[in-house]
Amino acid sequence: MTVKLQSTRPSRGIRGGFLEGVAAERVVSITSPVLLLLLWEALGRAGALDERFFPTPSAIASTFAQVISSGELIGHAWTSLKRIAIGFVIGAVPALLLGTLMGLSRMLRAALKPMVGVFYPIPKSAIFPLLLLIFGIGEASKYAIVAIGVFFLVLLNTMAGVLSIEPVYLDVGKNFGAGRLSLFTTVAFPGALPLIFTGLRLAWGNALILIVVAEIIGARSGIGAFIWNAWQTFQVERMYVGLVMISFIGYASFLAIDELQRLLIPWKGGRTG
Amino acid sequence: MNAPRKEMSVSPKEARDGVAGITVRQLGMRFRFGASELVALEDVNLCVPEQEFCCIVGPSGCGKTTLLRILGGLERPTSGEVQLAIHDPERPLTAMVFQEQSIFPWMTVEENIGYGLRMRGVAPNLRRPLVSHYIEKVGLARFAKAYPHQLSGGMKQRASVARAFATDPQILLMDEPFASVDEQTRALLQEELLRVWEANRKTVVYITHSIDEALVLGDRVLVMSARPGRLKAEIEVPLARPRSVYELKSTPAFAELVARVWGPLRQEVLASFHTLAVAS
Repeated sequence: MTVKLQSTRPSRGIRGGFLEGVAAERVVSITSPVLLLLLWEALGRAGALDERFFPTPSAIASTFAQVISSGELIGHAWTSLKRIAIGFVIGAVPALLLGTLMGLSRMLRAALKPMVGVFYPIPKSAIFPLLLLIFGIGEASKYAIVAIGVFFLVLLNTMAGVLSIEPVYLDVGKNFGAGRLSLFTTVAFPGALPLIFTGLRLAWGNALILIVVAEIIGARSGIGAFIWNAWQTFQVERMYVGLVMISFIGYASFLAIDELQRLLIPWKGGRTG
Repeated sequence: MNAPRKEMSVSPKEARDGVAGITVRQLGMRFRFGASELVALEDVNLCVPEQEFCCIVGPSGCGKTTLLRILGGLERPTSGEVQLAIHDPERPLTAMVFQEQSIFPWMTVEENIGYGLRMRGVAPNLRRPLVSHYIEKVGLARFAKAYPHQLSGGMKQRASVARAFATDPQILLMDEPFASVDEQTRALLQEELLRVWEANRKTVVYITHSIDEALVLGDRVLVMSARPGRLKAEIEVPLARPRSVYELKSTPAFAELVARVWGPLRQEVLASFHTLAVAS
């Protein structure tokens, strides 16, 4: 008796089908959102969707083109990005240093972990009124809220990253004569880098949320303010335009972070974003 | 960079004629876990002459690795003393090859092998020839720029042996470096190690659980007792060098040596079985 062994994949997917594996996936990933947009457009035109809440994609697109060409949207987006970037650096740099040190030193961890544990769960948007009080309505309060949100996520992930390093690597460092600083730069930091990147990704996402909240509450410029202004003047298309812009900024920046990760952690081999 | 070593209570001593490479006296090591205490090593006395390849065998959990970590300055003993003779203050005292995968995943093979030199402040242009010499010697020249995830287990261990040799330490400490590679690769790695070692005969302390490996490599084999670890027996290995791993194993002299090591070791393995059974 013989048994015929068959591929678990249907043969049509490999040859004979009109598209092959990866290419087929790509086509599906592109066509499905397009189909959804077409459906939305059709329903909107047929009057099945309330235009006051759900303007058609084509209406949103034309508003989009209009505010882009007037330079208005780019200006707001640029303002938001600048605030995120500055706040991010202010929050992430000390978090990286302190997080690595906390991972290396049990005493420092014992000293600081309870405080981090108490402050970390506070929703950062809840601190914003206080920050407005301290830093005023200007740019400083925006940087501050982003920095605080970024700080804790990067700190905790960096610390976890250092703690996740196999002890043998620290032993190697010590046995080969690495001093405290060298142990930090040649073992602790590179060893923690994969988890540090996880922290940076989370922090970036968090920064996007926080800046929009901050701009809605207390700013005249930025994407958040743009959306809030649209609500106050009941220009629904502009609200959608704001959302699309945020989504675009988020998507593009995550692609950039992935690329940076591939560049900085080439030794993680075979991992794609 | 001898600073961390000094505080580890290993006292380096100027070498004089007749001073052994390694002298260990009444060494004891206790670990405390809450209320209970584990005696890992008790009254260990050991003397390893210069240029000797000294192998230590013993049952699992007998404290072999702890002894090696003390010699390497990674643990501080609770009692007793360790003296390591210094010949050349310019060279590092010890370099260790660890049992588990220990080459840094975030460095290329050549960066890994040059690590010890870099930590000692050797300039890159002076490092390069040394690194490529040892990369060549362990047969990894084609993989100089590769990251460890692209290498097999045996290749990683070769890289970590090369890293230890590259710093030109006075004493080489090896903790079952080839335990996790397959039999055939292990034989090749052993031959390679012998070749590299015979070129400059460093003092070596080599931990293993394999009698064959201890006899193939060592000038002398020490048998450690079950916990608490003590040195129980000592067997000289009068086999001529250079040795060939495969040929050696089929000689009657080798078989006789195996029996002489297995005698004292067997009791200890049985004893450690017993303690494990009682503990569980």
